[in-house]
Amino acid sequence: MSAEQVTTRRESAVAGSVSALNNLGYRLQRLPLHLVIIIFCAIWIVPTIGMMINSFRSVSDMGTSGWWTTLFPPHGFTLASYNQVLSLEGVTPSILSSVLITIPSTVIQLTIATMGAYAFAWMKFPGKDIFFIVIVGLMVVPIQMTLIPVLQFFQLIHLNGTIMAVWLAHSGYGLPFEVFLLRNYLGGLPREIFESAEVDGAGHAVRFLRIAVPMTIPAIASLTIFVFLGVWNDLLVALTYLGTSTARPFTVVISQLVTSLGGGWQFLTAAAVLQMALPLAVFIFLQRYFVRGITSGSVKG
Amino acid sequence: MGIDQVITSVIAVVGVPLALLGYIIVGEQVIERLSDSVQSWIRPYFWALPAVGFATIFMVYPLLRTVVISFRNSEDTDWIGLANYKYFFTFPDTLTSLRNSLLWLVFYTFFAVFLGLIIAILLDRVRYESLAKIAIFLPVPISAVAASIIWKFMFDYQPPGTPQTGTLNALIGLFGRDPVAWLVNSTTNNAALIFVGIWTAVGFCMVIISASLKAISSEVLEAARIDGANEFQIVRLVVTPLLWPTITVVGTTMLINSLKTFDIVYVMTNGAYDTDVIATQMFSQLQHAHYGRAAAVGVVLFIAIVPLLIVNIRRFQQQEEQR
Repeated sequence: MSAEQVTTRRESAVAGSVSALNNLGYRLQRLPLHLVIIIFCAIWIVPTIGMMINSFRSVSDMGTSGWWTTLFPPHGFTLASYNQVLSLEGVTPSILSSVLITIPSTVIQLTIATMGAYAFAWMKFPGKDIFFIVIVGLMVVPIQMTLIPVLQFFQLIHLNGTIMAVWLAHSGYGLPFEVFLLRNYLGGLPREIFESAEVDGAGHAVRFLRIAVPMTIPAIASLTIFVFLGVWNDLLVALTYLGTSTARPFTVVISQLVTSLGGGWQFLTAAAVLQMALPLAVFIFLQRYFVRGITSGSVKG
Repeated sequence: MGIDQVITSVIAVVGVPLALLGYIIVGEQVIERLSDSVQSWIRPYFWALPAVGFATIFMVYPLLRTVVISFRNSEDTDWIGLANYKYFFTFPDTLTSLRNSLLWLVFYTFFAVFLGLIIAILLDRVRYESLAKIAIFLPVPISAVAASIIWKFMFDYQPPGTPQTGTLNALIGLFGRDPVAWLVNSTTNNAALIFVGIWTAVGFCMVIISASLKAISSEVLEAARIDGANEFQIVRLVVTPLLWPTITVVGTTMLINSLKTFDIVYVMTNGAYDTDVIATQMFSQLQHAHYGRAAAVGVVLFIAIVPLLIVNIRRFQQQEEQR
């Protein structure tokens, strides 16, 4: 406002220098805005960078000086923490285990969810609305409510402590949200396509496999990233059903090391960097799909 | 973890989609031979069965079973009435966890949504918006386990007089303050943990709020400016009311997250020094095979979420009417 008034008053006098002055005034006025944004960005980015830097320092350095001291010589970077973490018993297998838990879990739940979503989007049956409202409700049910009976169920069928148990559990927990999202997407596809296929004599199997699935690929792709990272980052499900089993994933091993080590946990920075490398890579390279998945699924609990 | 698991996994990744494909093709072959009326009756259930079956086995049945277990003793041999609930609402440790969960509920939810809104509005006004968004969003894809280790370093504490290794203590040292044992000191530790939670959640809130902020037409804002409203008035009286539906959606999600908080507390303090929340409390009961007590904690958690569940269903029904 004030910048504008200044301009009008002096306009006739020094027309040339005024726009520069005005510009400067405008910039000065916006300085606090930039400052606040920079502070926020620093709080949200510096902790991660600090830990990454620490992961390349020796444990004794980490215990005696802050990560910022390394920014000045002597830097003293070393891969010792990485060597130490990877040579710890159970760490390397647990990384493989994370992969072997995440990929099948994602594939299993998304195939089942797509099929279920098709039924809810394009078929009529008694009780459909009730079923679907239950599914909407299940999206926010805390998985804590299911841990004990599912644990007992796995013990009963001798699956407890195996990766198969975690596949099944993750699939069960993920399904409500995925069915909900895919059903909305499938239901939004043009009705005419399905009707003309029906007129041409295509059964539901053909309509599903040849029309619905290919047209849903964008939604499935976003969801895949989302589900994949959710399982990769999961702690509670794996901790409950795998506990100390040799099949436990990386997150469980890291959390157990943090609690059991007490002091001298600093070299776990290397483990944390390794654990978050995949999510960060996915985020950086597939940013658009990632954010789209989050915004479209904002109802999720 | 060996070659066996690798083979099992490959079989599952290839086999499950193939098995479902077989289920669909064979099932449809069978169904198409039936009479029309039977077909239209049986087909939807046939298609919905795998998903509904999974949801029933892993969610609906366990939910009901947990309620039953909460009224039974640890060995699941006898009914003990409300004893597990009485324990939860009288034992000091569980009461502490209940108090902490309430702190999470209020502060985590409020600040995650509030900061998400503020940052979304601020970033809307600068040219480097997309770059700044990446910085704020960065903690979202990071696991809570990794975030906990990141913040263990931020909160790290060394005795006064020695060089501080924790970023926060080094910073307050610049102002001549004594270092604080953030995670041990019971006046700061819950706030510290909740802050880590907020740190991981703000990016999520910001992205969603920002998306609906972009949908507000610039004409509305221009009109307000012409009417003489300043920027603060515009945010308070025009932007925030228009964003309100989105804010409530994000807020519900954050409320639910706050009640389910587990990872950060488990990794950073494991509930020590009075930082337990109901989810970690439940897990430790489970670890000690106190199934009845654990189930009662779960039921309390569920009851707290029921109002939000109803809100979500209502919202879904409204959306359905608009379709």
